Amino acid sequence: MQYLLLICGNEAGMQSATKAQTEQMIAAYGAYTEAMKTAGVMVGANRLKPSGSASTVRVADGKTKVLDGPYAETKEQLGGYYLIDVPDLDAALSWAARCPGAGVGTIEVRPIWTM
Amino acid sequence: MAREATSAAEAVARRSYGKLVAFLAARMGDVEAAEDALSEAFAAALTDWDAGGIPDNPEGWLVTVARRRAVDATRRRRSGEAAIPHLQLIAEELAEELADAASDPSMPDHRLALMFACAHPAIDPGIRAPLILQTILGFDAATIGSAFLVSPAAMGQRLARAKSKIRQAGIPFRVPERADLRERLAAVLEAIYAAFAEGWSDPAGTEIRRRDLAEEAIWLGRLVASLLPDEPEAIGLLALMLHAEARRGARRNAAGDYVPLAEQDPALWDENLIAEAETLLTAASRMGAIDRYQLEAAVQSAHAVRRSTGRADWAAIKRLYDALEQITGSPVVAINRAIAMAETDGPAAGLAALATLEGDGRLSQYQPYWAARAALLASAGDIDAADMAYEQAIGLERDPAVRRFLQHRRAAMRD
Repeated sequence: MQYLLLICGNEAGMQSATKAQTEQMIAAYGAYTEAMKTAGVMVGANRLKPSGSASTVRVADGKTKVLDGPYAETKEQLGGYYLIDVPDLDAALSWAARCPGAGVGTIEVRPIWTM
Repeated sequence: MAREATSAAEAVARRSYGKLVAFLAARMGDVEAAEDALSEAFAAALTDWDAGGIPDNPEGWLVTVARRRAVDATRRRRSGEAAIPHLQLIAEELAEELADAASDPSMPDHRLALMFACAHPAIDPGIRAPLILQTILGFDAATIGSAFLVSPAAMGQRLARAKSKIRQAGIPFRVPERADLRERLAAVLEAIYAAFAEGWSDPAGTEIRRRDLAEEAIWLGRLVASLLPDEPEAIGLLALMLHAEARRGARRNAAGDYVPLAEQDPALWDENLIAEAETLLTAASRMGAIDRYQLEAAVQSAHAVRRSTGRADWAAIKRLYDALEQITGSPVVAINRAIAMAETDGPAAGLAALATLEGDGRLSQYQPYWAARAALLASAGDIDAADMAYEQAIGLERDPAVRRFLQHRRAAMRD
């Protein structure tokens, strides 16, 4: 089964991190990604640019409305994702718990729609 | 005879319903589909067994037919219309499968796996007990709803949502690994205990569904203890429930009045249940992993000694609540500990212990807090404050018999 791991974190906290903390986080994510590849569970992954770079699009009455900013103004913003292929929810939750983002933010685990 | 087929089907349902649902659900990863398929299989049994006789292995027959129905249902759902089966082929395959089922009487017991799925961390804690009651015991949403004081429609919706979550999120059906077992088992035990507590809040048995809930919870407790005999907390929970159940007959007097534990006549306690509980508790404690349910059962045990010594072992009770407080940090435990302290060190000490809870907002609507406060204040001689506390407690109490008892105590203060 495929699951999307959505990494939500406090961006302000990340901006104000020290160089050492940032490097440590990068290294942790590097190790995590490697572990996923070695285990053969990774389908895809990306880090997203900060929520300030987001735009929202809606179409109503034939008109396209574009707005500045992310979908929701929340304290924790979506910062990245991993798409994994694992046998069941327990495996997905286990990977989510190992994600470096889980210690400072929240990981949402969402199953991918199957036909 | 149609009646024979019906009795046979009912007998199988009584002894095996949970096992059949668990077996099917575990194979399909889908509780709802398993229940639906099994329900169709039972319906088919009534006509087929009437015409062709009761099969040698009725459980195997039901499972085979249910699996067929489930496969057909999936095919129909996927193709979006009734798939036109190649009837001859289907009939032949089914006959073969049924012959296999008849010769293989064993069906593995997946009920524990099903309970772990129902109590999975990703399932809302409030729906775990209802889920277990429905899937293992076959209760319908209306029955469960009335036991938990939720409307049948709301309970039905919540159950459907939870089963959907199990299927969609891929919640596994298996007994967890050693490393996770204790923690995951705690959730299963908590769900069983939640069902028991709901059932036990009607000790007079005036509401049949709630009384049966306590019995069903004990049945589930026995099942888990038998399937996990090396897990001390499973044994401990069973001991706890049996101790409480042993006192059912003493909790109301002939007039229907509420009789608190301290005033109950031990002669009315069920000695067999107490003996069984004690044996279980001793066995659990030998496994060397004391935890919440064993401690709670030990508290019950310390109360039960009153039948031989004339007085509960309050010093032991206080020590046990000290340990429970470390583990749970629960205000309920803190309240009971304060009551025990009043017995060992006097009402002022009990009140001082209770005072540490004053800031906890959850307690302002919690009847036992106010009842405890009222009793301690009354023993300490602070009648006016006790009076106000009794008023709070009475206002929060749902059970009319307990309300009458509190009103009586309140009035008796002034005598």
